Amino acid sequence: MVENRKWMIAFSHVMLVLGVVVVAFPIYVAFVASTHTLQEIAQAPMSLIPGDRFVENYVQALTRGSTGAGLSPVGDMLFNSLVMAVVIAVVKIVISMMSAFAIVYFRFPFRMFFFWLIFVTLMLPVEVRILPTFEVVADLGMLDSYAGLTVPLVASATATFLFRQFFLTVPDELTEASRIDGAGPLRFMKDVLLPLSATNIAALFVIMFIYGWNQYLWPLLITDDLVTVMIGIKRMLSVGDGQIDWPIVMATTMLAMVPPVLVVVLMQRWFVKGLVDTEK
Amino acid sequence: MHKRVTFGNRLLPYALVAPQIAITLVFFIWPAAQAMTQSFQREDPFGLRTTWVWFQNFERLFADPAYFSSLQVTAVFSVAVTVLSMATALWLAVMADRVVKAATAYKTLLIWPYAVAPAVAGVLWLFMFQPTIGIVAYLLNAMSLDWNYRVNGGQAMLLVVVAAAWKQISYNFLFFLAGLQAIPRSLVEAAAIDGAGPSKRFWTIIFPLLSPTAFFLLVVNIVYAFFDTFAVIDAVTQGGPGSPGATSILVYKVYNDGFVGLNLGSSAAQSVVLMLIVITLTVIQFRFIERRVHY
Repeated sequence: MVENRKWMIAFSHVMLVLGVVVVAFPIYVAFVASTHTLQEIAQAPMSLIPGDRFVENYVQALTRGSTGAGLSPVGDMLFNSLVMAVVIAVVKIVISMMSAFAIVYFRFPFRMFFFWLIFVTLMLPVEVRILPTFEVVADLGMLDSYAGLTVPLVASATATFLFRQFFLTVPDELTEASRIDGAGPLRFMKDVLLPLSATNIAALFVIMFIYGWNQYLWPLLITDDLVTVMIGIKRMLSVGDGQIDWPIVMATTMLAMVPPVLVVVLMQRWFVKGLVDTEK
Repeated sequence: MHKRVTFGNRLLPYALVAPQIAITLVFFIWPAAQAMTQSFQREDPFGLRTTWVWFQNFERLFADPAYFSSLQVTAVFSVAVTVLSMATALWLAVMADRVVKAATAYKTLLIWPYAVAPAVAGVLWLFMFQPTIGIVAYLLNAMSLDWNYRVNGGQAMLLVVVAAAWKQISYNFLFFLAGLQAIPRSLVEAAAIDGAGPSKRFWTIIFPLLSPTAFFLLVVNIVYAFFDTFAVIDAVTQGGPGSPGATSILVYKVYNDGFVGLNLGSSAAQSVVLMLIVITLTVIQFRFIERRVHY
């Protein structure tokens, strides 16, 4: 800073530490709760020191689920969420890249029409077309299936735009050189554009993985037996008059948080790039 | 912008766009068209006959006190979430911009909540504020504040606002910090030489230069508060307490009326209203981005 005053730097550090603590506190409480028994939690105020039930609670959550709600094991839910997140992320990237490639590298009738059609999807989130979309999926017999969970969510205007922007910056000389060397369009896409897009793909994957993993409304509508971890948590909380099994709920919550948080922390560079790029 | 060099295949481009276009038509355009059609129709209770009622669904909707209440709730909720998360994030970003040492560490420690699902954010805060066992609720009750968000609508609103804003801080922080770091040091130094103190520098130099970022974040946060907070509401309050629900935002109401209440016409009309809101916000966002380039 300009003046380089010591107290101002110190004040900033204090504020930042406070910010970090406030941001992390709910997670710490959840972690502590996931290591206690229900009785220990129920006698308010609960202790803020982790208990000794870490292994028991997490094993119970992963293999048997919550006792109150008569549920499937959280391990299965995590698997469903993983399938959903990975399929959505990968398919989104593949079909967006294909359509961006077509729109940038070909001249064909209705090209701009297709571009605008993809653009319009930005303005139609699930929330504004809930019932009719549900009916379509029901008519196609895709309720309560991986297909129903993923296919309606794999169209992506943002990813298509991102690839389009990027392809437009790829020098024409590369295209010419490939054509002189006898490469067709698909060969060019596979051997030139794909390697050049690697960082874009990594960035998009991080963002789309989190998007898929955190889906809530859509699985809530169309799944019944095929429970993702988000819906599992919701069901554990809706036990009516029964006692919510807090330690297991909190263990499940922690487990539901780990994969996307790990992705963000370990792939921070791509995550930041992805966030900034997808908003352009 | 166009490519000078293109490929000449006739059918290949159609094959390449086909998957995306097929999904768009089947799961986006067709349902949206259905919602629009249904918003002008009414179905009898057995679903045997549909009649065209034109704007009757909309007239009823806007005459409905419950819908009006939901509009108000949404306005309060989205303004509160936006202000709370943007103000906190800006404050932290200004602090982080000052400390050179450990700035990256703070950044890592502050951005990860972006990955936390809205539903999980809701559950985390619900647990701390749960009237009988929640640790914060215990403290509040010890201060004889009579905390029970299940009965008190204002408290319920406060809880969902905090949960929703908490999750969004990281996103705003990241963009504010990037915006701050892009401000030329020379400007700030020149102002300091002219005798402007830290707060004067902030309001006369830094804040105006940051306004494009702030405006962009404003739109993003409003979109977030309108559409992405469904899970927070559903996990924490289910739109309650009371009727009309004290936390029943528009998106929650369209789900509740359509799926729980099975009122097709009204739900479709609400969908159309929401569609108009998204279109407006998207247009604002895109117009602004064009301007940001020239800034």
